[in-house]
Amino acid sequence: MLTRRLFLSDWGGMTVLVLLLAMAVAVPYANLVLPPESPWHLSTYWVALIGKFLTFALLALAIDLIWGYAGILSLGHGAFFGLGGYAMGMYLTRQIGDRGVYGNPELPDFMVFLSYESLPWYWWGFDMFWFAMLMVVLVPGLLALVFGWLAFRSRVTGVYFAIITQALVFALMLAFFRNEMGFGGNNGLTDFKDILGFPVQARETRVALFVVSALVLILAYVASRFIVTSRFGRVLIAVRDAESRARFSGYRVEHYKLWLFVFSAMLAGIAGALYVPQVGIINPGEFAPLRSIEAVLWVAVGGRGSLFGAIIGAFAVNGAKTWFTTAYPMVWLFALGALFVLVTVFLPRGLVGIFRRRRREGGA
Amino acid sequence: MAVWLLIAGGSLHAETQAFGLEMPAADLTAETITPAVPVIAQADPYTGDMIDPSLLGNDPEAAELEAAATEDELMEEAVYEGLEETSADVDLLIQRLPEGSFNDRRAVAEELAATGDPRVPVVLTALVEGRLLATGDDPPRILIRAETGRAGRDALTGEPVDADLIASGRRIPVHNPLRNALRNLIAVATIAAPDPERRAASLRRLMRDDVSPDMLTYLDERVELETDPRVTDLLLTVRALARLNVDDPEQRIESIALLRGSLLSEVRVRLEATATRDDDPEVRDAARDALDSIESRIRFFRFTENLFFGLSAGSVLLLAAIGLAITFGVMGVINMAHGELIMIGAYTTWFIQTLIPEALSTSILLAIPAAFVVAGIVGIAMERGVIQFLYGRPLETLLATFGISLILQQAVRTMFSPLNRPVASPEWLSGSLYVNPILSLTWSRIYILVFAIMVFVALLLVMKKTSLGLKVRAVAQNRPMARALGVRTGWVDALTFGLGAGIAGVAGVALSQLTNVGPNMGQAYIIDSFMVVVFGGVGNLWGTLVGAMGLGMMTKFLEPHTGAVLAKILVLIFIILFIQRRPRGLFPKKGRAAEA
Repeated sequence: MLTRRLFLSDWGGMTVLVLLLAMAVAVPYANLVLPPESPWHLSTYWVALIGKFLTFALLALAIDLIWGYAGILSLGHGAFFGLGGYAMGMYLTRQIGDRGVYGNPELPDFMVFLSYESLPWYWWGFDMFWFAMLMVVLVPGLLALVFGWLAFRSRVTGVYFAIITQALVFALMLAFFRNEMGFGGNNGLTDFKDILGFPVQARETRVALFVVSALVLILAYVASRFIVTSRFGRVLIAVRDAESRARFSGYRVEHYKLWLFVFSAMLAGIAGALYVPQVGIINPGEFAPLRSIEAVLWVAVGGRGSLFGAIIGAFAVNGAKTWFTTAYPMVWLFALGALFVLVTVFLPRGLVGIFRRRRREGGA
Repeated sequence: MAVWLLIAGGSLHAETQAFGLEMPAADLTAETITPAVPVIAQADPYTGDMIDPSLLGNDPEAAELEAAATEDELMEEAVYEGLEETSADVDLLIQRLPEGSFNDRRAVAEELAATGDPRVPVVLTALVEGRLLATGDDPPRILIRAETGRAGRDALTGEPVDADLIASGRRIPVHNPLRNALRNLIAVATIAAPDPERRAASLRRLMRDDVSPDMLTYLDERVELETDPRVTDLLLTVRALARLNVDDPEQRIESIALLRGSLLSEVRVRLEATATRDDDPEVRDAARDALDSIESRIRFFRFTENLFFGLSAGSVLLLAAIGLAITFGVMGVINMAHGELIMIGAYTTWFIQTLIPEALSTSILLAIPAAFVVAGIVGIAMERGVIQFLYGRPLETLLATFGISLILQQAVRTMFSPLNRPVASPEWLSGSLYVNPILSLTWSRIYILVFAIMVFVALLLVMKKTSLGLKVRAVAQNRPMARALGVRTGWVDALTFGLGAGIAGVAGVALSQLTNVGPNMGQAYIIDSFMVVVFGGVGNLWGTLVGAMGLGMMTKFLEPHTGAVLAKILVLIFIILFIQRRPRGLFPKKGRAAEA
């Protein structure tokens, strides 16, 4: 019953999951086992790049969950992504220990530079992996809980919500740029050495991070699928399509929205935490409003309200971006802008919509 | 609020922009990443790209040093060129400088300073700097060695002399006590300089030291001769300061009463000293009393200044947001490309200025209608081309217009340059209105405040008094009914959007006088503009006015206590919380229209 609900009725999701699983096996094989001269060999650069895309796909999944199923457009999901990333970055920074430029075993380099006497309280505990991982989900979750509670309780919806989430991420960016915040100011956190005792730069670690990212994405997909196909999910869809009606039918609309929003923020936090060790830096640029809006575009391109569409969209847009920015850097922003316009005007259901329509026509 | 983060457009920035949205850590081999070095945070407010601090301006100290050196030389040049008749007495005094002891020299210098001869500051400056030479003739020839090179000129006539003669001259010796005395005397001598700025500067210099009562007669003379009212003020202040040193306590108290009105920091320092060190308790009390009154006046002017800054920031916000109040407030269209329409207006200003570079005032005035038309046309094209297909889907509109904003930015970047364009200001827009030493108001900000209010009133009239305004309101309230009554709603939509866009363009003309004009300038305003409209209440022009002024004031009154960035963050948090309390803003639409 559960299998049918989760998987069998979801042909697109099944395809994407199978592809992800295949990637989780094939990429390590192509990078670690195949010799470099083999045409099928995948360089570590590509492993890290695709690994990065996997974390973006997870962020897109988090956005699609609230946008596609509850009609909440957040233009500030980069806030949760960034906070998760910072939590991971803080753990990685503490792991540097006395190997920093100043060799201080207790304080990160930038704190020595800014002549801190001791570690600020909010850095306590980040030398422990479990604590940092807890914070990766707790900090974004708490922020989402407080922010969402305030917003949904007073029925801030639609574009108003979009605008204040943008204000939130913007305020966070300004705050993290401040050196006084104790998060490394505009340089952010970088120069990482180890994660759980393994060197971050090593090929094997990168492959392991890749596999973990793929597995987390698969798990998150299954969990999200479970939520949206449950009774809870059906109420959400009712809220999305007719909020007042759902409320008058006796559902506590704001609770449904709030819990989904918190879950989505946690997914975004995890995505950020997986992103940081793979790119080796976290800085306030992650909080730039443009980044958050771009992530919404991934979902729009893939097709909102289908979950797997978000994953496809994240890969498609980021793949195109990587190609454009190396081949035609001047054209990229034109292409991105045109993509925004074309997708919203001509493809309201995204790439997934094309296939769905064709399938329906073929089936009829 | 718009000034808190600079958008710089250096070449480095342009490059990161061309690669646009690529990860900051595109370089996955993190070994090369440099360790944390704190730099003053300067970030592009939208993309978060870092801006190289060196692009944000030259080293001000170096520039000042350079300017000072040339200023001295220029003064020297000007003095000797303007020399008409020379007084033989002054010539004789100058020739007596090499004689006798340091004290004799000081006496001669004092006599010289009191003559008011234009050559005196130059000669004394050269003496302080060890560039004043005397030949062995009788009477000796006095020469000034140039600051650079080995040539020089005759101190009496200004005629250039060759290096050989300079080499034969002996340096007239000075020691440190004499140097200090001379610096004061130079200030005294410069009180008579032809340039009022120099006179004012030398008076400010005199205030810093104890002014001797011996100078009183000379100061009296200068007060009689002075024509510039600002310099007269300073002269009177210096005279009052000199009187602080006379023996008669009555006179001291009198001069303190005169100083009550002054806001100069030098006067406050002297009054502090008098309040603590004067022998006479009555004088001390008077000084203390005067200080208190000055303090309270300073507080008042600081408050006025903050008020002005707040109004000014508010007027910038108003200009940026008022077009949005039309497109978002009346039509319900989230136009993320609004900032780019402002940018187009600013570029129009720049373009017209390059067409007629010799007529700055005309070009600015011409730019206002031109920017309205250009931005309006772009707006109408946007509405007809994209937005009309998306009515009723606000979130999609948001994404589509964001895409348009990226395209417009990149188009400007490709057509012109990723670098900032220089937009000049006409004379009446530069400089500031000097009220007193604490308070001076920038003319450009005053004009922009007035301009913003004018635009606001004009828009209000269009909306309330014209048939277009009537139709716009009708369509906003009830579209099917308006259509049934024969209003061409599609056409009204296009014109409304064009109006909002055109006003954004006009805002761009004003903002080009305040900030850099570059492809990214629009992004600085978009979040602020939305905050203003949402805070003031959607669909209400008065709400936009109150919202803009309120947020401007709030930012500027927070800034002295928290710094610009934190003030900005606090205002954002305030708005986020405010929206929770009043989701429809300060002045919400009421009734049936509010549900639409």
